[in-house]
Amino acid sequence: MTAFIFRRLLTAIPVLLVLIIVSFVLMFAAPGGPFTSERPLPPEVMRSIEAKYGLDQPYWKQVFDYVVGVVTRFDFGPSFIYKDRTVNEIIASGFPVTLTYGSISFVVAVLVGVSLGVVAAIKQNTWIDYFAVGVSIGAQVLPNFVMAPILVLVFTLWLGWLPGGGWNGGAWQNIILPVVALSTSFMASIARITRSSMLEVLNTNFIRTAKAKGLSQRRIIFKHALKPSMLPVISYLGPAFVGMVTGSVVIDLYFSTGGIGQHFVNSALNRDYSTIMGITILLGALTILMNLLADILYAWIDPKIRY
Amino acid sequence: MKFLKTIQISALAVALSTAAPVLAAEHPVTGEALSDNQTFTYRVLDEFPTLDPQLVEETVGGDIVRDLFEGLMNQDAKGNLVPGVAESFTASDDNKVFTFKLRTDARWSNGDPVVAGDFVYGWQRAADPATASPYAWFMELTTVVNAAKIIAGEMPPESMGIKALDDHTLEVTLEDSLPYFPLMTTHYTLYPANKKVIDELGAEWTKPGNMVSNGAYILTEHVPSEKSVRERNEMYWDNENTIIEKVTALVINDENAALTRYLADEVDFTEVPAGQFPRLKKEYPDEATSVPRLCSYYYTFNLSDSGPEAFKDVRVRQALSYAIDRNVIVDQVLQGGQYPSFNFTHQKTAGFEIPDIEYAQWSQADRDAKAKELLAEAGFGPDNPLKFQMMYNTSESHKSIATVMAQMWKQKLGVEATQTNMEWKTFLDVRGKQGFELARGAWCGDYNEASTFLDLVTSGSGYNDGKFNNPKVDDLMAESRTMANPQPNYTMVEQIMAEEMPIIPIYHYTIAFMLDPAIKGWPYDNVEKMWYSRDMYRVAE
Repeated sequence: MTAFIFRRLLTAIPVLLVLIIVSFVLMFAAPGGPFTSERPLPPEVMRSIEAKYGLDQPYWKQVFDYVVGVVTRFDFGPSFIYKDRTVNEIIASGFPVTLTYGSISFVVAVLVGVSLGVVAAIKQNTWIDYFAVGVSIGAQVLPNFVMAPILVLVFTLWLGWLPGGGWNGGAWQNIILPVVALSTSFMASIARITRSSMLEVLNTNFIRTAKAKGLSQRRIIFKHALKPSMLPVISYLGPAFVGMVTGSVVIDLYFSTGGIGQHFVNSALNRDYSTIMGITILLGALTILMNLLADILYAWIDPKIRY
Repeated sequence: MKFLKTIQISALAVALSTAAPVLAAEHPVTGEALSDNQTFTYRVLDEFPTLDPQLVEETVGGDIVRDLFEGLMNQDAKGNLVPGVAESFTASDDNKVFTFKLRTDARWSNGDPVVAGDFVYGWQRAADPATASPYAWFMELTTVVNAAKIIAGEMPPESMGIKALDDHTLEVTLEDSLPYFPLMTTHYTLYPANKKVIDELGAEWTKPGNMVSNGAYILTEHVPSEKSVRERNEMYWDNENTIIEKVTALVINDENAALTRYLADEVDFTEVPAGQFPRLKKEYPDEATSVPRLCSYYYTFNLSDSGPEAFKDVRVRQALSYAIDRNVIVDQVLQGGQYPSFNFTHQKTAGFEIPDIEYAQWSQADRDAKAKELLAEAGFGPDNPLKFQMMYNTSESHKSIATVMAQMWKQKLGVEATQTNMEWKTFLDVRGKQGFELARGAWCGDYNEASTFLDLVTSGSGYNDGKFNNPKVDDLMAESRTMANPQPNYTMVEQIMAEEMPIIPIYHYTIAFMLDPAIKGWPYDNVEKMWYSRDMYRVAE
């Protein structure tokens, strides 16, 4: 197992390098730059800016210097757009916000989704099952850009219970709506996967044996059926977690949380090269890490898998 | 001003002496009962890139900087010039040398006096290529002696025509005669800068806690992409007459979300999303307002070598312009009280009169008939339809307008205009390199005078992406700079444009917004939208 983890971490290095190079190529290929504006800058001012940010260097040197800075000093450079901020500061301010409500959403989605799926499977073809399936399909077809305005309309404008946006240092009132908006569709997917997987497991021979032995329903479900039925769910969770953190752009924009998704989109639109790179690397590394975690979890649950 | 202040103080004294046992604060001039909650919260579209006055280039940062810092002169609610750090100024007869007398009680937020040298440093800093200010061109626009050469790196910043005669006397020498120069000092690029603080802290000097400013407010909090907060500056010379205690700018990207939060009382001010103004005006007549905004919306023909051959024929350009029914765009698409336009300069620009433009007087039916005739003369018809591509930057309302325009051309003239949209930076890059046939454009005045618009169509303008080149226009604009009354030249330039049609004017902007009726003192009549929080107050409800 240790060798496996070590190997996976080692392969992450070339993956990240390729990611950096491809991103650089795409970035420079995109028309316009961070200092493109309606009124072209005077040449001397432009030269001064390019020298300041190293844009007057050949491309290979820019990439090289950047990688050296990241590896040796963990320095993602200054933002090209926000004059008094470094990319490290931008990530430090945005990432904890996204991580907070992303993690809470993840936990909520897993808890509610798995419970809903399990109950629906056990009570298959009863009203509980129809209700659970109905709820999860409803949640699935409501994308978060539809959910968010509806939630704000109901809970902010009509009921006046919760603020319609802002982060406010992570006050619980400000967290609820983003979490609900973000977690519902993930929750629905988890519920559906759990339900079908659970149904499959409940029809296997070892569960029939357990029933024949006279074990209680409770024991059968929690001791024997739940673990194997979680396998497809877990392979979904790795990408889902990354999806909640990276795919939170809509939530960030709508609720003005100041999260990383908002910075990511703005940096691309503003051609804030260093910020684009910094967030790309962060999210790339996070994706690799989460997939690794999912694989480890998989091996732990499924004794058939050996690395 | 002094007189007004005396009145304010005596009014305050009267208010205090006659106050009832329950001390409800009253406005010193109007006598309205003031709310205990003197805060103002407004929505901004985006995070500001910087609050460094010499580096600011957009309105979100500009509005904040105007509260945090103060220049020589300010504008009042109607856009008139009022004293700022300068108590008064004198101009030489040729309007080339201006001497500003600075007030002695102006202070930086750290207690240092604001002196003439702070302006000298600020202005030199704005022009110095090492500062790399995207607004360096504004220094060039002022024609302060040597500013252009400093920006070009040909002269040192110290050679600029600005001198501190003593701590409270500032002398500015211009290359051209500019009677409206003092108005330009209300712009943030010309604000003072505190050399000591900037030298010590570098780029970090604009962070809350570090920033030293000389305006009515100081920056107390900034959470990137969420909010920024400014509170009263106790050192400000007119602090006693400032009423609003705390101003918060909330970043809300989605304009509909912003409107919902306005309606839920979370913000006091937000702009109205396109198309919703009539409904809101009906439901909230005291809150929804539409006022002129100094910007002009148009489409520009590519007249350079890379442009289509057909557009080199003036008849084609005229036909395409005539066939656009601007009223449909304004009344049915935008619905925010915009002004249909047949000329370029915004009609509410100070001192500007819309010239008589012939086709503006015709009925739309006449314009359509004339358009058909012209296009046929130019050799286009059902057998040989005119085809071209029109380009705009990605946005719902630009898309609607482009669709309506293309439809009008199709129906009336049989013209086939295909539409492409590009995201902003790509769009600027393509348009700047003349990679288009017909492209959307919009220009907002940098100062309240017609040349801010008309300079754009001169051949030397960096923004003349259509590459319109008319020596007569260049001469008229060059000449207008030194004229006591340049209006006749502006009229001629507008008439040449109406004849040559290098652009298709569509409409002049308004800005439609919702403002909490308890907030008073908003400068509705200031077309440059220069608002100062210290002029506002919240009345008791």
